[in-house]
Amino acid sequence: MAAFKHLWRNAAFRIGAIVLALLVVIAAAAPWLGTVDPAALDYSLINRPAGEQVDFALPDGDSVRHTLWMGSDSFGRDIYSRVIYGTRVSLLVAISVAVIAVSIGIFLGILAGFFQRIDALIMRLMDGLMAFPPILVAIALVAALGAQLWTVIVAVAMPEIPRVVRLVRSMVLTLRAEPFVEAAVALATPTPAILRRHILPNAFAPLIVQGTFIAASAVLTEAALSFLGLGLPADIPTWGNIMAEGRVQFSQYPGNVLFPAAFLVPTILAINLLGDGMRDALDPKFAKRTG
Amino acid sequence: MTDTSVVPTLRISGLTVALPEGADRPCAIENLDLAIAAGQTLCVVGESGSGKSVTATAVMGLLPKELRVVAGSIELHGEPLLTASKRRLRALQGQAMSMVFQEPMTALNPVMTCGDQIDELLRKHTRWPQARRRDAIVQIMQRVRLPDPARIMRSYPHQLSGGQRQRIVIAMAMILRPKLLICDEPTTALDVTTQKEILALIGELKREHGVAILFITHDMGVVAEIADHILVMHRGVPVEYGTRDAVLKTPSAGYTRMLLAAVPSMTPPAPRARPGGRPLLQGIQVEKTYQSHGWFGARKAVAALSNANIAVRRGETVGVVGESGSGKSTFARCLVRLIDPTSGEVHWADETGSVEVTSLGRHRLRAVRNRVQVIFQDPNRSLNPRQKIGESLLEGALNFGISRTQATALSRDLIEKVRLPVEALERYPSQFSGGQRQRIAIARALACKPRVLIADEAVSALDVSVQAQIMALLRDIQEELGLGIVFITHDLRVAAQLCDRVIVMHQGKVVEEGPTAELYANPRHEYTRTLLAAAPAQIA
Repeated sequence: MAAFKHLWRNAAFRIGAIVLALLVVIAAAAPWLGTVDPAALDYSLINRPAGEQVDFALPDGDSVRHTLWMGSDSFGRDIYSRVIYGTRVSLLVAISVAVIAVSIGIFLGILAGFFQRIDALIMRLMDGLMAFPPILVAIALVAALGAQLWTVIVAVAMPEIPRVVRLVRSMVLTLRAEPFVEAAVALATPTPAILRRHILPNAFAPLIVQGTFIAASAVLTEAALSFLGLGLPADIPTWGNIMAEGRVQFSQYPGNVLFPAAFLVPTILAINLLGDGMRDALDPKFAKRTG
Repeated sequence: MTDTSVVPTLRISGLTVALPEGADRPCAIENLDLAIAAGQTLCVVGESGSGKSVTATAVMGLLPKELRVVAGSIELHGEPLLTASKRRLRALQGQAMSMVFQEPMTALNPVMTCGDQIDELLRKHTRWPQARRRDAIVQIMQRVRLPDPARIMRSYPHQLSGGQRQRIVIAMAMILRPKLLICDEPTTALDVTTQKEILALIGELKREHGVAILFITHDMGVVAEIADHILVMHRGVPVEYGTRDAVLKTPSAGYTRMLLAAVPSMTPPAPRARPGGRPLLQGIQVEKTYQSHGWFGARKAVAALSNANIAVRRGETVGVVGESGSGKSTFARCLVRLIDPTSGEVHWADETGSVEVTSLGRHRLRAVRNRVQVIFQDPNRSLNPRQKIGESLLEGALNFGISRTQATALSRDLIEKVRLPVEALERYPSQFSGGQRQRIAIARALACKPRVLIADEAVSALDVSVQAQIMALLRDIQEELGLGIVFITHDLRVAAQLCDRVIVMHQGKVVEEGPTAELYANPRHEYTRTLLAAAPAQIA
């Protein structure tokens, strides 16, 4: 609790946390925010302007009175509903990618840092992975595995792993030479306990921070994949594929691209602010001097 | 005090510097008065947190933003410094007053050659042509006795030794012939033999140029060697001011007396009776060679330790002394088997028998690790910052199969044994001072009931008064538990007081070994003689 109060005093963290909390609420409450089925098509309502009140024909034949807050797209789908539901996908991808990349990164990084025999092997593999542009690796993986939610998550997480491994390895190398770790070795503490008790807790702050930056970049990469048509299938709305579909008629109906972008940009900004704030507050090197 | 008929080089009157809110006390310095005449050295002495470094930075105009001068004045040759413009101050810095820092490696720019760094100063403060600047640099380098100035000018700081780097810093400080030289612990990071040379050099420069020196140190031995006047500070308050002999021989303040009494003497006490018996820890011809292998098979072997022997018996303290790079820490780490020696034997014994540990596999080694424990130098890093003290103390006991309830009871006993309150178990390391953390580290080592304790510079990072307490604590615990102690230190005074026998190491080799009193009185090896002669003067 004290740690959270300390974090809350940081303005960047506060802004990031508030914006993200709002997005989580939006994602969770999507069905109750005046939305219709995001996949529903009403061919009578193609490319309507934002703010128009219409009778929207649902797939089951019913018709509802509905306001197109952000207009409709070239298939007659409600962009507002799609953007709101897209929040779910973006947050899910952001969190899963960060968790997967950080967990695998911690595992490999600790192996590389603590056990010198496999250090070179792991690190050369990571170097190899880093030599490819991340989006290219993701494209190749999606192409190989097929476009589903889990494959996209894996494809986006994969290129992020080497950076975590490098971070963890360098921290393990520094920490294992610390006297308190050597004291634990002299006290006959088994290696797994040393890693769990002495190394990981002290490496955690920078890892959380790295995790937030990965989450931000995951949102962006997922959007880029969807935009390129390699992301999630069209029946799952994501900010990326809404923009991809709107791109063709951007000059006539710019809203199809700009409305999802208006959600994407603050999301990335908020996650980055959150990470910056945590780094400043948790890392003593960035802490303000208090004399 | 100083002659008042002439204007002193530096005069500080009534200086009070406020600390930011939330600090442990309202003022970093309170009502400080001092004066230094040309050609005089004033030593400001005090323990950490006494405000001695703040004094130096205040004079140089380098106070951190958080610290504010709230009263008083600082005058350099009668010119007020606190009200001087930034521009004027910058002109004075380096030219009229300059500073020598504690750690020469961080005081120098690592990516600039030493020659360029001195030249930069000259270009900023003079209009001399290049040839004249170069001559001046060569001249000052010769003056501070740097060998081969042409080569040193082209060298980067990391290519020089610690002593040479400090000479460069002194050369930079002195090249513009300042009237005031501020030295902030200039020899603390150096070996004793190097320290002696640097102190002699500062003394010569003082006599030659009539420079006034404000010398900040915690080391009473250094003070006795170089001071004309002494100012003793305690928690920001000046407690005593006088000539060297007056302060050292007839101190009036209680704090000064305590400080002087805490400095260990170079004369070893009379030998103690020791239980003797079989060695609890024995190292036989221990060697450690580091192999560095390049990409193309060019191998280089560095012998960090060769042919080192040691035997420690019950209730006995064996000192291992030497300067940095002598291999004493490598030896300690081999004896605890934190690193594997290249060759040789290490035996750990208890009542049940003796085990040779360099050949043991990891599991069998772990089973006997309770016999030998280690305490490290840096109290800030020897405890896990994210673990409560109680958890740290439980670790060793739990590893050796003691139940949690028993281990908890044991940790309460231990924390009392090292004279800390039981509530300490619920706190984190950051809530303790350096001396308290070192006590906790001792308690942690004792938790698995070791037979031998290896203390690697365990009191070197502590203030003298705290150091004396920890030494007394170690001795009491040794008497009570019959521990064998290996005490590794660079400090000959500490070794003299604490050790029954002393091993002297130099460049990875044991050069001499003997009972402390005998070895200090009649050093046989030449290096031991140099080392003993280099130790700062006897105080009283």
